[in-house]
Amino acid sequence: MRTVKGRETLSNSNLLFMIAAVIFVLMYALAMAIYPGSFLQLQTFFDLFSLNAPLIILTCGMSIVMIGGGIDISVGGVTGLVTMCCAVFLESGGGDVWSSMILALGIGIAFGLLQGFLIAYLEIQPFIITLAGMFLANGLLTTIHKDPLNVTLPGFVALRDAELVIPLLGSHNRLGNFIPLGIKIGAFVVVALVIALAVLMKWSRFGRNLYAVGGNSQSALMLGINVKRTKFQSYLICGSLSGIAGFVYIMTTGAGNVGNASGFEMKAIASSIIGGTMLSGGVGNLLGSPVGALTLLTINELIRAAGVNSNLQAIASGLLLCVFIVLQGVVVRLRGGGNLARALPSWLPAGKTTGKGK
Amino acid sequence: MHTQIVLEMRGISKAFPGVRALHNVDFTLRRGEVHALMGENGAGKSTLIKVMTGVYAKDAGRITIDGATIHFRSPQEAQNFGVGTVYQEISLCPNLTVAENMFIGRGRRGFVNWNRMNGDATRLLESLCIPARPTQELSNCSLAVQQMIAIARAVDMECKILILDEPTSSLDEDEVRRLFALMRELKSRGVGIVFVTHFLDQVYEVSDRITVLRDGELVGEYAASSLPQIELVAKMLGKELGDVAGIRNRRPRTAESGIPVFEATGLSSAAGVRPFDFSIHKGEVNGFAGLLGSGRSESVRAIYAADKVTGGSVRVNGKSVRIGKPIQAMKLGIGYLPEDRKGDGIIAELSVRENIILALQVMEGFFKPFSRKQAEAFADEYIRLLNIKTPSTGTPIKALSGGNQQKVILARWLLTHPEYLILDEPTRGIDVGTKVEIQKLVLKLAEEGVSVTFISSEIEEMLRTCSRLIVMRDRCVVGELEDSGLTQNDVMHVIAGGAEKPCDE
Repeated sequence: MRTVKGRETLSNSNLLFMIAAVIFVLMYALAMAIYPGSFLQLQTFFDLFSLNAPLIILTCGMSIVMIGGGIDISVGGVTGLVTMCCAVFLESGGGDVWSSMILALGIGIAFGLLQGFLIAYLEIQPFIITLAGMFLANGLLTTIHKDPLNVTLPGFVALRDAELVIPLLGSHNRLGNFIPLGIKIGAFVVVALVIALAVLMKWSRFGRNLYAVGGNSQSALMLGINVKRTKFQSYLICGSLSGIAGFVYIMTTGAGNVGNASGFEMKAIASSIIGGTMLSGGVGNLLGSPVGALTLLTINELIRAAGVNSNLQAIASGLLLCVFIVLQGVVVRLRGGGNLARALPSWLPAGKTTGKGK
Repeated sequence: MHTQIVLEMRGISKAFPGVRALHNVDFTLRRGEVHALMGENGAGKSTLIKVMTGVYAKDAGRITIDGATIHFRSPQEAQNFGVGTVYQEISLCPNLTVAENMFIGRGRRGFVNWNRMNGDATRLLESLCIPARPTQELSNCSLAVQQMIAIARAVDMECKILILDEPTSSLDEDEVRRLFALMRELKSRGVGIVFVTHFLDQVYEVSDRITVLRDGELVGEYAASSLPQIELVAKMLGKELGDVAGIRNRRPRTAESGIPVFEATGLSSAAGVRPFDFSIHKGEVNGFAGLLGSGRSESVRAIYAADKVTGGSVRVNGKSVRIGKPIQAMKLGIGYLPEDRKGDGIIAELSVRENIILALQVMEGFFKPFSRKQAEAFADEYIRLLNIKTPSTGTPIKALSGGNQQKVILARWLLTHPEYLILDEPTRGIDVGTKVEIQKLVLKLAEEGVSVTFISSEIEEMLRTCSRLIVMRDRCVVGELEDSGLTQNDVMHVIAGGAEKPCDE
C-alpha cells in the first residue's frame, strides 16, 4: 500500500470562503479604524444584519441555486411582490400577521415551484425563465397596488418595532445619552436561516447531491443522483427564501412600495460571488453568503460615512466584484487538476515538476 | 469455474435518427468472467453498454439478469440492481471529496454521516490499494486514481456486473497492471466484468471471452484462447487483413545535407518541458516516444506554440522565425492535430463541413468567408479522400464516431496543405481499421514531401510509421533512435531508463 502523505488541502469551497471571511474582517477593521465613532458600536454591526436581513436571505437562496449550477434573477421581484401583497392583505382588514406570513411563503413557493419545474423538468435555461419570472413579479406588483402602502395593523406594528434590547452592550450617542443595544427580529431570522441552510448544504443528501449536480451534472446523473429533482428542489428553496425575505422586508420597513427590493437580485448575485460561490456551479460555502453580503454592505457604509458622492458606492461594488471574480479564477486555476505543476517555472529540477502526475 | 449466466441480452436493437446503432445483438455474461466487447468505433459497443445501463432505452429485445427480465429507465436503477459502470470519461464530480464520490447517490438516508463515510472510504481504498485520501478533493487526484476510485465505487456496491468502458486509455503501464490485478480479484469474487478496450494485447491478458460487434451487428462470441489476435482483427474489420503487418516506413532518410523544414534549438515552454533541440527534414516521419506524462505532447505543443513558449529559437526552412501563437505556426505551414480530440479538436456543434474548413478559414481571415459552394467542394473532396463516414456534410461532427471525427480533424489540416504536420495521438481511442488508414496516410503524405511528427502510445505503431524516434522521460529528451531494425524492446529499454544520456542540462 502506497501511503499518501501530506497535509489536507482546503477544498475550493472552503478556501474561497476563508478568503471572503478574511477580507470582511480586514474591511471591518479598517472601517473601525477610520470611523471609530460609528463602526466601533455594536449597534452598527447588528444594524447591518437587521436592516439588510432581506438581502442576506436572498443571497443564501441565490448561493444555493448557484451551487447547483443555476441562477435565479427573479428573487428581487418576488420579494417586492411579497411585500406589496402582504401590505395590501394586512390593510384589507381581513388579514392578520400569521396568515400574511403564510401568504408570503406561499407566493415564494409558487414562484419556486413554477420556475423550478420549467428549469429542471423541461430543461429551459434558468436565466430566461427567471427573467420572465422577474417581469411577471414586477408586473403583478404594480397591478396590485401602485402607491406606497403603510401597514397600520397594530399586531404588525408591534412585530415591526419589536427588538431584543441588551442594555449591557449599549453605547452613548453623540449627545452623550445612553442607548441600549437593540436587535431587530430580522437579524434572528437571518441567523437561524443561515445556520439551517449551512447544515442542509453540508450534511443533507440534498445538499451534497446539489454540489455534485453543480460540479458536473452529467457525472451526477451517472452516479445515480436524481439531477432533475435536485435542481427542482434548489429553485423551490430559493423561491421560499424569497417569500421569507419579502416578509422580513416589510417587517423591517413596515410598508409596501413599488420600489421595494428592486435590484436585489443583482446585489444577491454579487454578494454570493464575493462570499465565495462560483457562478460555474459546484463551489461555495453557505456561510460565505452572509459574509459576502456584509462585505458589500460594509463598503457601501464606509463610502456613505465618508460623505462622498454616492455614485462611488456603485463603482466600489463593481470593482470589488471584479477583484473577487479574478481572484476566484486565479485560485481555482492554480489548483485545478495538477496544473500547479505546469505553472512551475521550467528551471525547477525535473524530479519536482513531475511529482504531481504519474 | 462458474458457468452460470448472470446477464443475458437477446435481440437488442436501437436506432438513432438516421443511424441504426444496434441491430438484433445478443450478449451473454457469465459469473466470474471477464468478457471483452470488441469492435471498431461506431460498431455499437458504447450503445450496447448504454442500453445495458439504462442510459438509452432499447427499441427491441430483452435483457435478463439472473433470469429476471428487467428494463432499466435510468443509470440509477441499473446501479441499484447491481450493474456498476466505469466510463471512459471519468464520470465523477471533481468538486466533491474522494469519499463522497464513492458514496454519493447511494442509499436512502436523508443526512450524511461524514465520519462513517470517511471511515468506510478509508477501508475500501486500503483494501484495493488506491493511493488517495478520502477527504481529498477529487480534482487533486491523478486521472488514474480517479479511474480507480470509480471502480472502487462500483466494487463497493457489490455489483454483480461491472462494466469497464475503455478504462485503460488514460493509464500508464504500471497502473494498467494494478487495474488488471483488481479485475482478477473481482473475477474471483464472482463478478461478471464487461471490458471494452482498443488495446488488443490487453484483451488477451485478462479476458476469458470476446464478443465482436461490427456495424451494429453481432459477429460472434469466442473464447479468448481459441481466437488468435490476427483473426480477431479480421473479424472486427470484416475482412482478412494482411496489410496490417505490411505497413512499414521503408524509406531511407532523406539527405542529411538538406536544410531542415523545421529546426528548434533549446525550445522550452510554460508547460514545463526541458529545453530540447529538434529538427525534421522534408518528407521525414519522426516521433516522440515515452510514457504518458513524459512530455511528448508538451514538446510538440511547444513547437506549435500551443503552450506559452519560454525560450529557444526556431528556424523554418533555414529562416529564423518567431512563433508565439498557433496562428503564426499555421501561417508558416505547420499543422497540429491535438491529443485531446474532444477538448482541442472538434467543435462539437458545428457541422462536418465547417469543422473541415475551419483552419483554412482562420488562415484566410474571417472577413473573406468561403462561399457555400466552395466549402461544400472542399468538404466533399476530403470526405472522399479520407473515406469519412458521415450522413452528409451538414451533420454535426458530434454525431460521428471517434475515428471519423479524427479524420475530419485530419482533413482540416490537410486542407491547409501544411509543410509540416504534427499528429499527437491521432490513433488513440479509434478502431483498428481507421488506425491502419491513418498510418497509411501518414506514409503517403511523407512520400508527397510533407514532414510529419507522429506521436502514439503504441510503440509498435510508431515503429511502423516513423524513421526516427525521439525518446522522452520526465519531460526531457533522453535518446534518439533510428534504425530500420529497431524493435519494441529497444525502445522500451530507452524509455525505462537505459540511460543514454542523464536527464540534466
